[in-house]
Amino acid sequence: MGVPAGAAAYMDAATAVPLHPVAAEALVAALADGWADPARLYSASRRAQQLSDAARAAFAEALAVRPDEVSFWSSGTQAAQAAVLGGLLGRRRQGQTLVHSAIEHSAVLHAAHQGQSVEVGVDRLGRLDLAAWDDAVSAPGVALAGLISASHEVGTVQPVAAAAECCAESGVPLYVDAAQSVGRVPVPPGWSMLSASAHKWGGPPGVGVLVVRKGVRWISPYPQDDLYRPGAIGALDLPAVVAAAASLRAVLAEAQTEGVRLSALVDRIRERVAATVPDIEVVGDPDDRLPHLVTFSCLYVDGEALLHALDRAGFAVSSGSSCTASTLRPSHVLEAMGVLSHGNVRVSLHRGTTEAEVDRFLAVLPEIVANIRKEAGM
Amino acid sequence: MITLDCLGQKCPLPVIALARQIRNVDVGGAVRVLADDPAAANDIPAWCRMKEQEYLGSPEPNAFDVRRLS
Repeated sequence: MGVPAGAAAYMDAATAVPLHPVAAEALVAALADGWADPARLYSASRRAQQLSDAARAAFAEALAVRPDEVSFWSSGTQAAQAAVLGGLLGRRRQGQTLVHSAIEHSAVLHAAHQGQSVEVGVDRLGRLDLAAWDDAVSAPGVALAGLISASHEVGTVQPVAAAAECCAESGVPLYVDAAQSVGRVPVPPGWSMLSASAHKWGGPPGVGVLVVRKGVRWISPYPQDDLYRPGAIGALDLPAVVAAAASLRAVLAEAQTEGVRLSALVDRIRERVAATVPDIEVVGDPDDRLPHLVTFSCLYVDGEALLHALDRAGFAVSSGSSCTASTLRPSHVLEAMGVLSHGNVRVSLHRGTTEAEVDRFLAVLPEIVANIRKEAGM
Repeated sequence: MITLDCLGQKCPLPVIALARQIRNVDVGGAVRVLADDPAAANDIPAWCRMKEQEYLGSPEPNAFDVRRLS
């Protein structure tokens, strides 16, 4: 191909970001005291409790909320589902319906499908239809609304502030799934609940964070002692929680600089891919988007073949094409936008991504796509 | 109207068949694609938009009609 393969370039940050050095340090340090159950009455337990309190305070500061509004869960998915199910239970006297966008993460959709829900569409760029949202949240019987802060598949930033205003006018609490935004871009205020996932910003996997603002009625959907206080089911991985808190602080300190750097690389990918690969559609909003994520679809290309070819060339990326999904269905996000779903590639960058890696990706992609098309007889 | 039987084929094969076979109809003529891959209902209209052909709709389940415009 003329371009040496080099070391493998990991470009799937939207799935998981490699552990931040601060997270690794904090994780090792917290192992000494974080093993004990914080709820007991001996000294080892008190040290664990101190770690937990410090982590909670760090999250509260990073997210500009009160410490007692923060709870920890065993994954981002668990935090998201606790928000939806607990938020619905807390409002069951007011209504049963969950209003959500068509582009929520499957974690939210799975929870939504357990009860009544109304889905609100998006436009071709993947942005929420605000008029339809306003109609949906103001209908009778709505208990909760759920909106992703920015699409995890195409990067389009959602109108959270305007959506929150619609919810406030109707007295409906808004849950925001901020997994792709926290640690990268600010989330506008106005929400009642927010969740995030540590391995999306460089913390360890297996830590979800849920914020339930004061005055928002939440009832646990799980069998627990205190049904009104959000918190993980069973023992938490406290060292991982400590590492998540430490890494979020570190990531936020560099977020603006990194955002500018990665956004310029994404602009380069958007421009070069469109210019060098024929019959390609770069999807999502080109401007109002996450700084680190870009998605495109190649006509006549099998998504699975493309991922394998890119893997052989040293690139780890993901896809919303049906052949790459466990369900064998195309991505519901791409479907909701009405954009091509086959030959789909999502590239998402992180602090370890270099300009050289991006340039090498751009150098090998046209020939890889051309070869797959040739094999398919196109 | 030409009918392309792509039942049982995975995407992108139905779209590839459409792109190849539509050359065999006159401009203004139509092609019906029979496809049961779950991506076809999304990807055939998307192909029409990208290649500036006219998507005529789905007259019955797993059938998609396209008019050649150019």
